[in-house]
Amino acid sequence: MLPEALFFSAVLFVIGVVGVLTRRNAIIVFMCVELMLNAVNLTFVAFAQVYGVAGQIFVFFVMTVAAAEAAVGLAIIIALYRHRQTVNLSNINLLKG
Amino acid sequence: MREFLLSVGYDRWILPVLLALPLIGAAAVLVSGRGASGGDEVATGAAARPRSLATWCFGLEFLLSVGLWWAFDPGTSGWQQRFDVAWIPSWGARFTLGLDGISLMMVLLTTFMMFLASLGSWTSVRQKTAAYYALLLVLTAGMLGVFMALDLFLFYVMWEVMLVPMYFIVGIWGGQRRIYASLKFFIYTMIGSLLMLVGIIYLGLAARDPLAAGVPNFSYDAILSTVHLEPTVAAWLFGAFFLAFAVKVPMFPFHTWLPDAHVEAPTAGSVVLAAIMLKLGTFGFLRLAVPLFPTAAMSPGIRGAILTLAVIGIVYGALVSLVQPDFKKLVAYSSVSHLGFVMLGIFALTVQSVQGALMVMINHGLSTGALFFLIGMIYERRHTRMIAAYGGIAKVVPMFSAILVFVSLSSIGVPGTNGFVGEFLVLLGSYRTYPILAVISATSVIIAAAYLLWAVQRILFNPLDKPENEHVPDLNRRELALLAPILACIVWLGVYPAPVLRRMQPAAEQFVRLVETRLAPPATLSARGR
Amino acid sequence: MLLQHAAATGAHPLSDTVARFVWLLPLLPFVGFVINGLLSLTSAYKAGPSDPSAAHDEAHAAVSHESEEHGAPGDDHHSIARHRSAGLVSLVGPGVLVLAFGLALAIFAAMRGVGEMHAPFVQQYFSWMPVGDLQINAAFQLDQLSMVMVLVITGVGMLIHVFSVGYMQDDPGYPRYFAYLNLFVFFMLVLVLGANYPILFIGWEGVGLCSYLLIGYWFSDKANADAGKKAFIVNRIGDFGFLVAMFMLFANLGTLDFVSVNAAASSLGAGSVLVTVICLFLFLGCAGKSAQIPLYVWLPDAMAGPTPVSALIHAATMVTAGVYLIARSNALFSLAPSASLTVVVVGSVTAIFAASIGLKQWDIKKVLAYSTVSQLGYMFVAVGSGAYVAGMFHLMTHAFFKALLFLGSGSVIYAMHRAYHHTGKHDDAQDMRNMGGLRTYLPITWALMWAATLAIAGVPPFAGFFSKDEILGSLFARHEGSALAQAHFLGIPGNIVILSCYVLGLATAFMTAVYMTRMMLYTFHGPNRTGDREREHLAEAPWVMTGPLVALGILSVVGGWFNLPGIIPAGPVGVLEHWLEPIVGESTLRLTNGAPAEIAHSTELMLIGVAVLIALAGIALAFVRLKPERLVPASASPPEHGVEEVLLNKYYVDELYDAAIVQPIVATSRSLLWRGIDVGLIDGLTRLFLQSKDDDSAPGAVRMGGLLPRSLGWFGSQLQSGQVGTYAWVLVIGMLFVLGAFSFR
Repeated sequence: MLPEALFFSAVLFVIGVVGVLTRRNAIIVFMCVELMLNAVNLTFVAFAQVYGVAGQIFVFFVMTVAAAEAAVGLAIIIALYRHRQTVNLSNINLLKG
Repeated sequence: MREFLLSVGYDRWILPVLLALPLIGAAAVLVSGRGASGGDEVATGAAARPRSLATWCFGLEFLLSVGLWWAFDPGTSGWQQRFDVAWIPSWGARFTLGLDGISLMMVLLTTFMMFLASLGSWTSVRQKTAAYYALLLVLTAGMLGVFMALDLFLFYVMWEVMLVPMYFIVGIWGGQRRIYASLKFFIYTMIGSLLMLVGIIYLGLAARDPLAAGVPNFSYDAILSTVHLEPTVAAWLFGAFFLAFAVKVPMFPFHTWLPDAHVEAPTAGSVVLAAIMLKLGTFGFLRLAVPLFPTAAMSPGIRGAILTLAVIGIVYGALVSLVQPDFKKLVAYSSVSHLGFVMLGIFALTVQSVQGALMVMINHGLSTGALFFLIGMIYERRHTRMIAAYGGIAKVVPMFSAILVFVSLSSIGVPGTNGFVGEFLVLLGSYRTYPILAVISATSVIIAAAYLLWAVQRILFNPLDKPENEHVPDLNRRELALLAPILACIVWLGVYPAPVLRRMQPAAEQFVRLVETRLAPPATLSARGR
Repeated sequence: MLLQHAAATGAHPLSDTVARFVWLLPLLPFVGFVINGLLSLTSAYKAGPSDPSAAHDEAHAAVSHESEEHGAPGDDHHSIARHRSAGLVSLVGPGVLVLAFGLALAIFAAMRGVGEMHAPFVQQYFSWMPVGDLQINAAFQLDQLSMVMVLVITGVGMLIHVFSVGYMQDDPGYPRYFAYLNLFVFFMLVLVLGANYPILFIGWEGVGLCSYLLIGYWFSDKANADAGKKAFIVNRIGDFGFLVAMFMLFANLGTLDFVSVNAAASSLGAGSVLVTVICLFLFLGCAGKSAQIPLYVWLPDAMAGPTPVSALIHAATMVTAGVYLIARSNALFSLAPSASLTVVVVGSVTAIFAASIGLKQWDIKKVLAYSTVSQLGYMFVAVGSGAYVAGMFHLMTHAFFKALLFLGSGSVIYAMHRAYHHTGKHDDAQDMRNMGGLRTYLPITWALMWAATLAIAGVPPFAGFFSKDEILGSLFARHEGSALAQAHFLGIPGNIVILSCYVLGLATAFMTAVYMTRMMLYTFHGPNRTGDREREHLAEAPWVMTGPLVALGILSVVGGWFNLPGIIPAGPVGVLEHWLEPIVGESTLRLTNGAPAEIAHSTELMLIGVAVLIALAGIALAFVRLKPERLVPASASPPEHGVEEVLLNKYYVDELYDAAIVQPIVATSRSLLWRGIDVGLIDGLTRLFLQSKDDDSAPGAVRMGGLLPRSLGWFGSQLQSGQVGTYAWVLVIGMLFVLGAFSFR
């Protein structure tokens, strides 16, 4: 059971990473980040089956952080859209040195 | 008076209260300014609450500090009104405050000038007033902290505390090139002060008590009495402190931030810069750099170099002032000249010259502060600082003119005003040790008269040939009330400076004696200047 | 308030007399200054709006119709509206001087009453600058020397104040004028009463300040404002010398009180380099204040001030402060014969130099100004040659006749102004080519000015004859056997120098007679050139102005009696000499090497004869050669050439100073120091680390030096693309790299 679960979460994680790296829409990038988090959650749950309940507790923490991050991140994206009328990341380069 | 003050425990609580009051006031001012809509807050009336609250706060601060004049015992040379509590035990930093004659006068000058500066900002600062007054209050706390600190760590913290508000005051409420000026100001002072931090940490570690598990000791007295440094180490450390203070003074050639910062700063910013912040540099030399490393500071090479730079600064500042088209810049360069006198006085190391240097510090604060106020007032009316834009306005604004002439006379050191007492003592004292340098510096009395009187002539006298100058309103009652105390002090210190001199005497003598005893073996101890 | 200095003054004979009120002397004019100053400011002041930047436009409307009231004070009599508080000012201004003069007389009587007085009467008030071993007290010192000065200042000052009431009555700045004038008298009295050098210096700079304010009194005219500034700055050059002298005195003697300096002076060593340098620095101060070469240039320009000011400050009192200072420091100067010899040389060269310029001036006040410079030269010859009494004597008589000449010229200018004002003509009211024949219109002024002219020319028995003769006589007497004759000036033996200076003095006397007669001829004699319509408005000034003239006229005639020479068989001989004996007697003896100051009567008679002949010859020459009837008004006069042009332009000294000193300093400060070092070098270096968009003027070399930091910074900044995607790629690649590094270890 464990190897299948790990393989599944690895696939999910890589999908997330590729999405973050390739997509330009901030919302999609954001969703991909969530995907990566959930892939990690899956790994935690899977390991919890073998090594005890600590992994399951950790999942709750990750979910809380993800929820907070979703709220803040979406708020930032909305504020960004108000300012620039776009959520395309390649147009947003305020940090350019 | 003294009995009354002592009976209410004034000695014990005054210093921490002086530090805390502006901080509390700053918070209150920020709260009171909530809901201001931005824009011209003076016109909309939104500025009324923050500015009156801040002015009350400064007034209270000044009133409280005036008690020090009597509470201070001029007969003794030790620290007075001392306040000492543990602060950061694991680092060995204590919250130690105390006064001697030098810092007493500086504290009084600070509270006095800050009160006037807040009064002088009433109509000249029109945006974000609450933030402005809050920063002014924090700045006051920082400056007072530097003057009162007897713990080097505390000294450094206060040094940085005062830097930040000034950066914002110049950068937000300044003129057109304010960003450039504030950045220049910040970077110049920051570079200097970081090196000073290194020096302070070194000293703290060197003074640690071997029994107390290696906790550093930043107490000024402890460092002064226990730390004995190798000559090379002392020279390096002195260099670190020198840079921090020389930038602040400012000594030639570290002075170029000053004209920019002065020109771009709002009126009160210029006043604070000139009247108090520049004195922090010379105060640093008097309190830290010279007494802590007398062998380095007074070694012939370094001493000669510093004295030469001071004299160059005196003459150079005066000559450059001569050709400035901008009145504010002219006064800024004249500060370089005046502060050169202070450095000359400190490093000439006679009682007269050191006392003179202290007097110049006070006088420069009053006279140059007043000059910046006057420039600000005329700027509010005509929106230009260019000398060429005026001419003949003495007829239009007689009161302004009378005061400007008077303050200029004080700045060029006409006897009977405060300016003379300081310059005379510095030159008289330094003639004893460095006759040639004193004579060269004395030439600046000629150039000073030339640059200020020439500027005054082009502003106030000559034909009234520009129509836009014909209807400039004269000073209003608030502005008169603001200048009157400065004028009174100018006369008082010119005619009867003895009480001030007497209060500073023990500290100045102590300074000279301390440096001389640590400098020379007892047998050859020179009796100069006593 | 009075902390009597027990040791010095407790037993002084004067301490129980009216002299204990000596502090009232300066206080009285100071009170006048405060009252008049307040009147002036309060009447001119209109409070501005509480928010000046917002209310600018309102004020524009409000002030516009009132600004006319201030008129244009560039011209004496343009604005006829008298000042509202004129009555009070006319009472207070001269009133305090009358009181001060009365008090001075009372104190003088008290001093006469106590007989011989060997120690000065010193009154300590409070400690001014107590620093370590430096103890400077606010203290006044009353002795015979300061008493003479006090009497001259308050006496002549009082007369000039009264004259001013008439002269300035229509000026819109009337209270301001009297405020300045009273302040001047205050500082002048502080100068002569001060008991130590710093207190004297307060007065010294204070009178310079008042001079600055009064020269620039009609400041709307750039020339006046310039003249005031010039006076102040040139005086400051002298003050620099004074300051250095004080530093040297303190460094070597440890005190600055006159009494202790005089007592300790000999410890400096007679004839030593130190005391010579001290004296030369002191003399630099005197040269500034008393307009001697090379610092005389401010005094002729100072005539831009109102004429009574010229009389009081720039003729009778302030400019003689230098003479007073040397007389006061006689103990020092007598120890330094070479410094004293320098004073003699500078004095006599200045005297003839200024007199030669005076020969060709057209402005009546300029003639008198150069005459003043020249006469001050005589005074320095006197005090330099150790004849301190003669110097003070000439100072006194000069105060009388020169004040009279200036006030007389003021009366002339007043009449001319009125005449021009009536017809609205705008001509130069001070140019002698526009005058002529004024004798018929101003008979009193004419007669009095002739008296003064004869006095200054040295015709017996007028005042100037005695004082000038005494100066020349004592100078001549020094050429043998005195310390001066043994000293050297630039390597030339003293006796030759003294004899040359004596010849210069005689030549100056001749020129003085010529230019003064020329002035009288052109102003009062010959036909009138004022203009046909203006002529009928020429008239004598009111009595408030001619009254003081008469008083000064009497003094100019009889002033010589204060110190008649020994060869006069009758009358009070040597009153002033006896009076000043305790102060200067010892020093004079030291400079003359113990020889008596007098010379043989036969020689003296011969010298007097020569001097009188020269003076009369000068007057006669002027009468014969000058033809007032050939003069044409200034507007019609052709330009002059040759020597006359050079003289008219004062040897181009002002131009020389400007080109050789002022312009180079300004140019260096601007291009080298400010633009070059400050903005170019230092800020250029700074700009490398602090790139500012708004100015990029750093020189090339500085830019090259900054190449490395700049390129590093460029590289770093390129890593910051601002693209979140790029950052993420870098992150992932870096992570893979780290993972790889761990797994293939």
